[in-house]
Amino acid sequence: MAFWIASSPHNHIQSETSALMRLVIYATLPGIFAQWYFFGWGNIIHIALASCTVLFAEFSVLSLRHKKISSELFDGSAILTAVLLGISIPALAPWWISVFGALFAIVIVKQLYGGLGHNPFNPAMAAYVMLLISFPVQMTLWQPPLNLMSFDLNFQNTLSTIFTGYTIDGFSTEQLRVHVDGFTMATPLDTLKTDLTLGLTTSESFKSPIFGQHFGIGWEWVNIGFLLGGIFLIIKKAIDWVTPVSFLISLFFCSLLAFFISPDSSASTMFHWFSGATMLGAFFILTDPVSGATSTKGRIIFAALAGLLVYLIRKFGGYPDAIAFAVLLCNMSAPLIDQYTRPRAYGHQSEKK
Amino acid sequence: MSIIERIKKGHFWKFHGGIHPPEQKFLTNDKPIRTLDLPDELILPLQQHIGQRGELLVKEGDKVLKGQQLTLLSSPMSVPIHAPTSGIIKAIKSSTIAHPSGLSDLCLFITPDNVDKWQERQSCEDFYQKSPQEIINKIANAGIAGMGGAGFPTHIKISSKPSINYLIINAAECEPYITADDLLIREQSTTAIDGIKILDYVLQPEHILIGIEDNKPDAIKALKKATKDIKKITVCVLPTKYPTGGEKQLITALTGLEVPSGQLPINLGIIMQNIATCFAIADAVINDTPLIRRVVTVTGQALAKPQNVWALLGTPVNYLLEQCGYQATKDKNLIMGGPMMGFNLANDQVPIIKTTNCILAPSKQEVSSENNEVDCIRCGQCADVCPSQLLPQELQWSAKAKDHVQLQKLNLFDCIDCGACAYVCPSQIPLVQYYRIAKAEIRQQQMLDVQAEKAKIRFEARKKRLEQEKIAREAKHKKAAEARKASMNKKNEGGSSATSAVAAALARVKAKKASAQAAKNNENSITEQPTQDIDTKSKVAGAISRAKAKKMALNKEAKENNTVVEAKVVNTAKSNKTDKDKDKDNDNDNDKKARIAAAVAKAKQKSAQRASSIEQKPEIQSVVEENTSSRDENKKAKISAAVAKAKEKAKAKKLATAEIKDSQTSADSEINRQEKKKIAIAKAIAKAKAKAKKQQKEETK
Repeated sequence: MAFWIASSPHNHIQSETSALMRLVIYATLPGIFAQWYFFGWGNIIHIALASCTVLFAEFSVLSLRHKKISSELFDGSAILTAVLLGISIPALAPWWISVFGALFAIVIVKQLYGGLGHNPFNPAMAAYVMLLISFPVQMTLWQPPLNLMSFDLNFQNTLSTIFTGYTIDGFSTEQLRVHVDGFTMATPLDTLKTDLTLGLTTSESFKSPIFGQHFGIGWEWVNIGFLLGGIFLIIKKAIDWVTPVSFLISLFFCSLLAFFISPDSSASTMFHWFSGATMLGAFFILTDPVSGATSTKGRIIFAALAGLLVYLIRKFGGYPDAIAFAVLLCNMSAPLIDQYTRPRAYGHQSEKK
Repeated sequence: MSIIERIKKGHFWKFHGGIHPPEQKFLTNDKPIRTLDLPDELILPLQQHIGQRGELLVKEGDKVLKGQQLTLLSSPMSVPIHAPTSGIIKAIKSSTIAHPSGLSDLCLFITPDNVDKWQERQSCEDFYQKSPQEIINKIANAGIAGMGGAGFPTHIKISSKPSINYLIINAAECEPYITADDLLIREQSTTAIDGIKILDYVLQPEHILIGIEDNKPDAIKALKKATKDIKKITVCVLPTKYPTGGEKQLITALTGLEVPSGQLPINLGIIMQNIATCFAIADAVINDTPLIRRVVTVTGQALAKPQNVWALLGTPVNYLLEQCGYQATKDKNLIMGGPMMGFNLANDQVPIIKTTNCILAPSKQEVSSENNEVDCIRCGQCADVCPSQLLPQELQWSAKAKDHVQLQKLNLFDCIDCGACAYVCPSQIPLVQYYRIAKAEIRQQQMLDVQAEKAKIRFEARKKRLEQEKIAREAKHKKAAEARKASMNKKNEGGSSATSAVAAALARVKAKKASAQAAKNNENSITEQPTQDIDTKSKVAGAISRAKAKKMALNKEAKENNTVVEAKVVNTAKSNKTDKDKDKDNDNDNDKKARIAAAVAKAKQKSAQRASSIEQKPEIQSVVEENTSSRDENKKAKISAAVAKAKEKAKAKKLATAEIKDSQTSADSEINRQEKKKIAIAKAIAKAKAKAKKQQKEETK
């Protein structure tokens, strides 16, 4: 008869990191569904590719590090990284983009820094930025929404395009990207940016069919999907509501200010909210606890900074992919933000540092 | 007054963080407190509180009565213990006590005689007749220590009284499972309120607040009913949240004040007492019943009949479990205290003590015994629930890295071990365990640091002292050397072999001293000093014995010759040329050297003698010199003696600082012998002088 000895507390809320990760993965489903509806199978294929790759990469590195594989391989964090990466990659990008990105995310960004909880950068975003810088052609293979495409893009065609670069019928990726009216498509953000540099006003640019009725066909719904998922996470208390709210408000005020100053060359606040990866970033990327700030005050500053950076990069940057760059920059500043936003401990006067 | 107005309106403050673990109070809060039969044996640890144990008043085999005092209130922080029933002290030995690490301590083993005979008691109907000091003494002698968990001696807490604003009665009982206070209030509210009245009389606080969580409606009703005529007392019903019952958290929740870090509530004019302690106080003051029993919640799903019981102090845990229908499983998981802050018991023989409010025997489903710790993902939930507003995850990293400086910067010592952080941690990191280890390590390091600091101060002081001594010694040495030089210059005019012989003797002494000094300079530790002392002492002793031997030889020679010194010198001079005479001369030479050595030794002894009187005034020195030299006219010998003396004095001074007594005794024993020796040596010196003269003559020839 043995007496069990353990340290207090003896009871536990019974929450697990893996359960938290699973919840976050489920919350991406509405957004993924919207992506599938408007842009086809591409992203889902990339998510699958990336997931297989991360499991392989995680398994290899964990074995090399002599870690407990059973518990760490399926803690969900790697899969979540794969999902986020797969969502971010252009749907028609070649297969090796997501494989290479996933390898980079897990091996370099996550495990080389010490594994779960020790990575200073968000693995998915770091991988995305790496891919964007290294393979700009493949990483800008954004396709128009399905209803604006001149070709029928079914599952087989998508699969074939991703693995061979051509559809079954032999059309190249470039041909697929051609609009029904005969010109190559870009994302709404990209289109706006290009148009503005060409001297057009915002309202003139918005006449482009890519924008549709609102802020970009498909993109707005994808964003709404991620917004729903995010609200679900907040309700489930899986993420702190402070971060997305602070981020969205910051972005709102930045774009509002710019709109007041120069309405002709600035997109509306809602355009910024519902285009690109805004909602994905707000609810799924910035809320990554590992690479974010820890205290509530810190999170407000962290997310507000991200909002500002997103706006600045979208407005003045060379790449339209503002979220990834802003997140990485904020990740860098997180330790500093933490240092200066330590809460006052009970019974201590507010410390002056 | 705004605080009290707010309280009267039922508005309270919020403290940061907190959690809502499953309460599980339903297991026991619907049954009355049960009185148990006497167990076969009671194990009373001598110390059941924070502080020192009292002095033992009984011995093995003594018969004790119920309520009899067993240990003495010997120091302020001690609390006596009392016999919970009448019986015989079977043994006084070390046994496992209620301690997280399963430590052992001295315990009294009492075998009850089942008569349960009380010692004589004097109940006090009206405690207002007594002076507050009398009441405090009564409480102290009744062995009352805080019954909420910490076990701080109650009489200490209530003796310190500047003006008290708030007396807070802690009835929050925020830990899951525990219902001991709840039931006690429901069944004994009158006595508990009497205890509060006694505290009111002793402390004279401005307000009395009873803090209780809203999950105990019956107890709240009972308290409100019992206090409705007392205006001073306010029953404050607080929302249920763990750890509302923490001292600092309850103060914040009730008054909005924060106890400054490192200070006590008394600094804010607040005193907190547990409601069970109030009951014990009333029992002690009014009924003259010392603290010998308490309510213990015996609960958990491994029990068939979880219930609150009146447990005598010293009742072994297994007896309580047996009474409550414990179904033993393969792995026994027994917790003393609640699930949040309690600790596992190393065996079930551990006795109930004054601070034991709960015995928890959970089933496997209730308390997971697996450790599924994974890496921290910095989710920050721990910081959200921390009632001390610390950053548990950062603390955890620093604790793992053993970064003690950073830990203290992160206010590790403001952690109250409540366990809220570990409770919510999704990575299931046993955070509190890390903090406990870190705290223990830091405390130990601090202890070592204090010791090291003391040693450093001691060492610095010694180094300084030695340096000063060295400077003083060098100054004296220099003086003596100058004097020697001056005298040597004089002597050089009549440069003789005798001079060189004397110089050689001087050189020898010097060398000896130099080596001694070198040894002294090299060594820095105290331990080596006595060795050196012994060394020097043995040298002195050797010199003395040598001198004695020479003196005897001289005396013999003097008898044989039976002539005046001059005549002898002439004789020796005459027979100088023959081989035989030469040999004799050599002998004489040797004698001379020995005699000089003797003189030096004598001087050494004198200076040692003088050193024993610590004050070494130059006047005394000169007087002594005169005395020693009054019998002989040989300047060289005199000077050499003086020089040697001076040198030896420096040495002796060194000795004196360390071992005055020893040198004194050895010197004293030699005084008489020296008197005799002086005469002989004077003769020898005269002889040497004559010889020198003769040699001079020969040279001139």
